[in-house]
Amino acid sequence: MKEIVVISGKGGTGKTSISASFAYLEGKNALVCDCDVDAANMHLLLDADFEQKEDFFSGEVAFIDEELCTNCGECKDVCRFDAIHVVDGQHRVDPISCEGCWYCSRVCPTKAISMNTQKAGDLFVSNIKQNSKMVHARLGFAAENSGKLVAKVKAVGKEKAKELGVDYIITDGSPGIGCPVISSLSGASLVVLVTEATVSGLHDLQRVQKLVKTFNLKAVCIINKYDLNADMTKKIEDFLKSEKIELVALLPYDETFTKALAVAKPIVEYDKNSKLSSLVKEAWDKIKGV
Amino acid sequence: MKDLAEELAEENLTTETLAIKMKITIASGKGGTGKTTVSTNLTSYLANQGKKVVLADLDVEEPNSALFIASKLKNEKICNKMVPKWESENCTLCGKCAEVCNFNAIVALPSEILVFPELCHSCYACSELCPTNSLPMAPQRIGEIKEYEAKGFSFVEGRLDLGQEMAVPLISQTIDYIDENFKGYIEIFDAPPGTSCPVIEASRGSDFVVLITEATPFGLNDLKLAVETMRVLKQKFGVIINRYGIGNDSAEEYCKNENIPIITKIKNDKEVAKLYSKGELIYPKIEHFKNSLDEIVEFIGGIK
Repeated sequence: MKEIVVISGKGGTGKTSISASFAYLEGKNALVCDCDVDAANMHLLLDADFEQKEDFFSGEVAFIDEELCTNCGECKDVCRFDAIHVVDGQHRVDPISCEGCWYCSRVCPTKAISMNTQKAGDLFVSNIKQNSKMVHARLGFAAENSGKLVAKVKAVGKEKAKELGVDYIITDGSPGIGCPVISSLSGASLVVLVTEATVSGLHDLQRVQKLVKTFNLKAVCIINKYDLNADMTKKIEDFLKSEKIELVALLPYDETFTKALAVAKPIVEYDKNSKLSSLVKEAWDKIKGV
Repeated sequence: MKDLAEELAEENLTTETLAIKMKITIASGKGGTGKTTVSTNLTSYLANQGKKVVLADLDVEEPNSALFIASKLKNEKICNKMVPKWESENCTLCGKCAEVCNFNAIVALPSEILVFPELCHSCYACSELCPTNSLPMAPQRIGEIKEYEAKGFSFVEGRLDLGQEMAVPLISQTIDYIDENFKGYIEIFDAPPGTSCPVIEASRGSDFVVLITEATPFGLNDLKLAVETMRVLKQKFGVIINRYGIGNDSAEEYCKNENIPIITKIKNDKEVAKLYSKGELIYPKIEHFKNSLDEIVEFIGGIK
């Protein structure tokens, strides 16, 4: 079983449209994980049915029992996150600022502070249109710990993939280079870097590739909107050569991307016979051959 | 609605005398909707109108506003977070530090204490609860802040070092840097994408959040998430629909139903994408984009 992780550094490069197309092409032989838990979208393209739902708990928040509290202020003094404020003469916790470090609760002389586990989001296992399953999640509004939720999505994904006996897990990663991305990359058999022929596309690709290298992962690349800027495409190609990354597709600036999105279909389903679809299909075949 | 300049004139104030302290965060749930395009162009446009304005790139994981602004480096500052550093001399290996760390950043072995700085949240519990003061807090580099002088405005960028997982401390330090050095400026924050900790840090202290979306089901889905986040934070916000004319009307309908102000609709235009690809400002060359900026400026002028 191979896990193909699609990431991009920069958002909006077409990462999800492309991963959904790969999943559609591979049909029931691929399980899908959407690790962009901050702003998950893949379910929209694959008609996910949200069959199973599970609460995801992560992190803790301090709670002050006002009956026991003497308002001595010890908690406020030790808090490094400015999460405890006096409101109407009473010490109170701002749950959004609280990091859940327990320090206040440990020093409270009257044991008035308890720590409550927080529901940080929902985890879903869905049936999807190509007779397979996908694992996805929704991070709670203004919740933290997206890295841990990503790890959970991947763990459940792996389990389901084994149950189904599929050959591929296709993982849609999150943007950036921080904790959710690092979580997305763990255990990847191959990373697909999706970039675009823009100055920021190249810049973000270079940063994310450094991260991929530190994890010793093998990567291939897709340049989207390559015809927007020939110079930039050339620069990206030079960068890929210097990093020994195989370029598996050059996709044109094509409104089909958006049109397919508007009707919630992967590109290869929306217009099977288009040039764009055949390029995406070629890319997937190359990826499988790596 | 009056624009900011008119309003200031009426009140007999200038941007010079008025401590506007107006902070506007440009955010979006979905990546690639045009945050950087709008924030860089808006800043430059306001500066051309004689406003004192500073732009901050708070997308510290992938900062790329600088690519769109010709500017000169003026100042740079290394950013640290505080992490415990083990000093063996007086340590009795009692293990209290590991016990009080809720982030698994400390492991107490029979013969030594191991600290994992990348997991540390800098809560100081281990350091201050250690009976022998064997874990003093020491700075560890997580990234850097750079201040640039651009044409008519200043620009500040936070840049997280590769391999660092926590963006929030750097975002908060970048905001502090601006607050200290740019009193009385209009502050425009280019936020990271998403709805979790980094975007919350970039939005919570602002006077107004502009959410940028695009007219597709993805745009709408992520807009809804961003809206819910802003509501939890009790933030004032409005929406810009970018790449308008492609996709569908769902984002627009949603905003109408939810009584969310639509600040402007920016037309879908391949020429905009081309200028963006080269790292050029859009408004000097594309009239409809400039009109959209006018609508944004007018809207901001109406916010109290």
